[in-house]
Amino acid sequence: MSNETSATTARRGQAPRGERVADWADGRLGIYSLAKSNMRKIFPDHWSFMLGEICLYSFIIIILTGVYLTLFFHPSMAEVTYHGSYVPMHGIRMTQAFESTLDISFDVRGGLLIRQIHHWSALIFLAGMMVHMMRVFFTGAFRKPREVNWLFGFLLLVLGMFTGFTGYSLPDDLLSGTGVRFIEGVILAMPLVGSYLQMFIFGGEFPGHDIIPRFFTVHVLLLPGIMLGLLVAHLILVFYHKHTQFPGAGKTNKNVVGMPLLPVYMAKAGGFFFLVFGVISVIAAVASINPVWAIGPYRPDQVSTGAQPDWYMGFAEGLVRVMPGWEWNFWGHTINFGVLIPILVFPLVLVAIAVYPFVESWVRGDKREHHILDRPRNVPTRTGFGVAWLIAYFVMLIGGGNDLWATHFHLSINSITWFVRIAFFVGPVLGFIATKRICMGLQRRDRDKVLHGRESGIIKRLPHGEFVEIHEPLDQEQLHVLTQHEQPTPLELGPEVDENGVERKVSRSKKLRAKLSKSYYGEDNVIPKPTAEEFKEITSGHGHH
Amino acid sequence: MSETGRHADVPEETLPSERHDAHGDAVAKGENPFADPGLPAHEHRVQDIDEKAARRSERVVAYLFLLSMLATVAFIASYVIFPIDKIVFIWPIGHISALNFSLGLTLGVALFCIGAGAVHWARTLMSDEEIADDRHPIEAEPEVKAKVLADFAQGAKESGFGRRKLIRNTMFGALALVPLSGVVLLRDLGPLPEKKLRTTGWKKGIRLVNQSTNLPLRPEDIAVGSLTFAKPEGLEEDSEDFNENIAKDALMLVRIQPQNIKDKQELAWSHEGIVAYSKICTHVGCPISLYEQQTHHVLCPCHQSTFDLSDGGRVIFGPAGHALPQLHITVKDGFLEAARDFAEPVGPSFWERG
Amino acid sequence: MKKLSARRRHPLAALVVLLFALAVTGGLYAAFAPADKAQADDTAQSLAIKEGKKLFAVGCASCHGTGGQGTSDGPSLVGVGAAAVDFQVGTGRMPAQQPGAQVPRKKNIYNNAEIDQLAAYVASLGAGPAVPSKDQYSPDGADVGKGGELFRTNCAQCHNFTGKGGALTNGKFAPTLEGVDPKHIYEAMETGPQNMPSFGDGSLSQENKKDIVAYLGAVNGDDTESPGGLDLGGLGPVSEGLFGYIFGLGALVAVAIWVAARTTKAKKS
Repeated sequence: MSNETSATTARRGQAPRGERVADWADGRLGIYSLAKSNMRKIFPDHWSFMLGEICLYSFIIIILTGVYLTLFFHPSMAEVTYHGSYVPMHGIRMTQAFESTLDISFDVRGGLLIRQIHHWSALIFLAGMMVHMMRVFFTGAFRKPREVNWLFGFLLLVLGMFTGFTGYSLPDDLLSGTGVRFIEGVILAMPLVGSYLQMFIFGGEFPGHDIIPRFFTVHVLLLPGIMLGLLVAHLILVFYHKHTQFPGAGKTNKNVVGMPLLPVYMAKAGGFFFLVFGVISVIAAVASINPVWAIGPYRPDQVSTGAQPDWYMGFAEGLVRVMPGWEWNFWGHTINFGVLIPILVFPLVLVAIAVYPFVESWVRGDKREHHILDRPRNVPTRTGFGVAWLIAYFVMLIGGGNDLWATHFHLSINSITWFVRIAFFVGPVLGFIATKRICMGLQRRDRDKVLHGRESGIIKRLPHGEFVEIHEPLDQEQLHVLTQHEQPTPLELGPEVDENGVERKVSRSKKLRAKLSKSYYGEDNVIPKPTAEEFKEITSGHGHH
Repeated sequence: MSETGRHADVPEETLPSERHDAHGDAVAKGENPFADPGLPAHEHRVQDIDEKAARRSERVVAYLFLLSMLATVAFIASYVIFPIDKIVFIWPIGHISALNFSLGLTLGVALFCIGAGAVHWARTLMSDEEIADDRHPIEAEPEVKAKVLADFAQGAKESGFGRRKLIRNTMFGALALVPLSGVVLLRDLGPLPEKKLRTTGWKKGIRLVNQSTNLPLRPEDIAVGSLTFAKPEGLEEDSEDFNENIAKDALMLVRIQPQNIKDKQELAWSHEGIVAYSKICTHVGCPISLYEQQTHHVLCPCHQSTFDLSDGGRVIFGPAGHALPQLHITVKDGFLEAARDFAEPVGPSFWERG
Repeated sequence: MKKLSARRRHPLAALVVLLFALAVTGGLYAAFAPADKAQADDTAQSLAIKEGKKLFAVGCASCHGTGGQGTSDGPSLVGVGAAAVDFQVGTGRMPAQQPGAQVPRKKNIYNNAEIDQLAAYVASLGAGPAVPSKDQYSPDGADVGKGGELFRTNCAQCHNFTGKGGALTNGKFAPTLEGVDPKHIYEAMETGPQNMPSFGDGSLSQENKKDIVAYLGAVNGDDTESPGGLDLGGLGPVSEGLFGYIFGLGALVAVAIWVAARTTKAKKS
């Protein structure tokens, strides 16, 4: 190799500086082989594919601003008396954590801005993850080979919630302290180990002097560290699997159509980081978030109405609020179901959506890779399940803010609580049924469109006086998009007896699977897409309406 | 069920989009009216064919980058110019910090313009021809798989892992035990609960001190329909463990006409209708104190547990599992004092509560 | 007009007309009455009680009884004191318009002189808290920090950190304290209107109350500072979450749509 290289070098003089640096790096890191397949990596264009980027960038913003905040924040519960710049807080006893948060807001120039960017980014990070997850869910992007990445994403969401919660608790203000007290109650409610766990986690009786420093470590090191690892893995898998794409002309399960990473996506994705950062900065300039100076320092005997956690915990808050007060006392022991059940339902609801990809692939018996996204209408059961899940989630968000809905819509808090109690069970069922029906309706419309063309809005009067609307035939791409989806047949169990008349043993799981399969693909759940014969018959004959 | 996808229950070929390659025009459309037409021919943007338009785009991008530079300068200028406590009125936002507003806005513009410039550049000047890239199955080819399995088998055999059971089992034992050291080290995170959750700072003879005025309370201070918060005498705000104590000791005092008190024990533990209840909700420990003086209901702002203070602190709504503990009070020398500690643990329930 | 005529057969219509007439006569009276302050105090007082009694008979007696002893429709006013009247009538809560979970604040229909007369009359029924004097509730010399602490101990549980209001059981609510006259805040603490408990001097000293009023003036006044920007109602995480979703994520999605959208093609032939 050296001969050849020196020959070329001799011919052209020394290679350009950039190339020499790259050569140096390649000799040690092998960057050329890495770049070979990645530099011109193709990414499809769709706005909904950028939701994940919103999360990625807000996470980076959170880390950048978070590091800045640690320069000024004192995670200490030592008590001091405030004599800083904010007058209405003068002479008040507070922890150093709260005092330093006030100092960041009132004495560090730009500190308030960074605090607000940090907090707004956190809300947007979690909102983004939620919406991103829904996009992936409804389009079926979680199917093979992406199930593991779906789980990574799910873990990021859950960890994000807890990182957010620990961060929200750090200023030790009255609102977040109330949240920490709630956590204490939850820990105490754990059967058998509750009071021990409480003592260990808080370093003694509530509130103690340890919880803020401990939360600090969890918030700035432990959880973000894990999240960073998951995030990198998530991104590597996105690269490795190549992005999914919506059905369209020239888009197949064996290709990916879009623009190359270098230069287009380098500019678009790189630029989008600045756009996200810019938008969040402007939001932090115009809208206040978590004004701890108005809230006051935490004291266990003080509280304010409207005590809510940040929105991403609102679902759990709702569950806790609407749970009836059940408690068991037996043999000198107490089980506090009023806390325990919501705290168990909370992860169960989350896990329900996390394991969905595995359930679907089992029901479907499908082991193939899928890179073309589903149109949600073509998978009514999945779409219905997603909507049902969302309804359960948002009903509980309403429950979590029941006091504010009560005051702002002049309702009774008790009625809202009852509404939520019922709607949590009834809403998802109704939502599932309605969504399925809507999906079927849309499938039917697709079928009509393929067979009869698009309604053009032009009304024509026929010679005998009848008015008809002219339908325009679809172009080839639309015909393809509206018919490219699969319509599998449900799993058949086969005859109950084999050819010898002996009863066949069908395992229970197989029976369940057949039943579920029917609910996915049975006659009542699918509008047969037009066949080529139907299409030809209709289109060949006549200029019709 | 075989996981090696190729033997899936559904045959590969049924995935319609797999039937045709990207440039599927070759497939006779006559046969399949729904065939994929293949990637459409690339169309030019104005910028691709009109150099003037391209230069216009270039200028826009440059202006955006320039604007970003100006915004950064403005950011630094605002940092220097505006004092941190300067408040300005900006309609419709309100009376806000001039520094926060100007810094955020200039930073936002500086960042946004870089992004907008880059994206505009990509959208108008970089090639926008869509490219189709092939995908390759994630699964390895059968030969690769066979090779890996063979390698693994050889490695496993060479290690003797399967054969030398003694080594294997002791290793598992050692690995299983070693994390215990880590668990043991966690012991000093906190003390054992012992009776800490069962007792409070109240005991016989401790006077009730008004939280707000810091004076011992007399019965005549508590009017019918009023609400007063009390702490035990001797518990001072600046003491080291004030928070731990007040988290259990906080008390709320109301006066109810004795004939309106429905619970006999409540009446017995009251003084002339003055009843003292724990301020700590029995659900998860929020300081419950939204007292409605006409209904005698007290509501928790956190999760809306509602207790009836005229009926032994009974739960009438919400997630709390048991009644609010009442403190037995008496009067001595004209001052209210506790007759004993709470008869039951205050605050949220726990396993050993009973 | 249509609305008005639709309600003219309302059971309270007569009362409303009466009140109007009363307000007009009262207003005329106030305008033309000799503003002679030099008169002996007790004379003015007894005159006020007399006038107050007349007003009471027309505006209040139907619910509170002719002697203010209370009926099934309204509580006894014996011993509630002038402060209660000044608060209830001054904030427009009384006379109440319609039964409901709670009588809300509305535009008041009496002028100051009439309120004073009503207060004087009710105060004469039995001793109760008097209308506070200006220096009792003026923020001069008050300790705002202490007021904040007191507010968080005694008031925030219902009225929120900075007095934005909150929900109570079964449709009742703690109203927002925004724009409430400091005098009325002081009176509310003294008298405990409707379901609000009272905070007499034994439970919150006069100084405490002054501090609380001063704190509210500082954090919930017309020109209260919100350094961070829009205060989003001062309601905490719920409104912040909504804002984050709608304006934060909303704006970012709008930007994403622009980033991913196809650039306009040169004229399609």
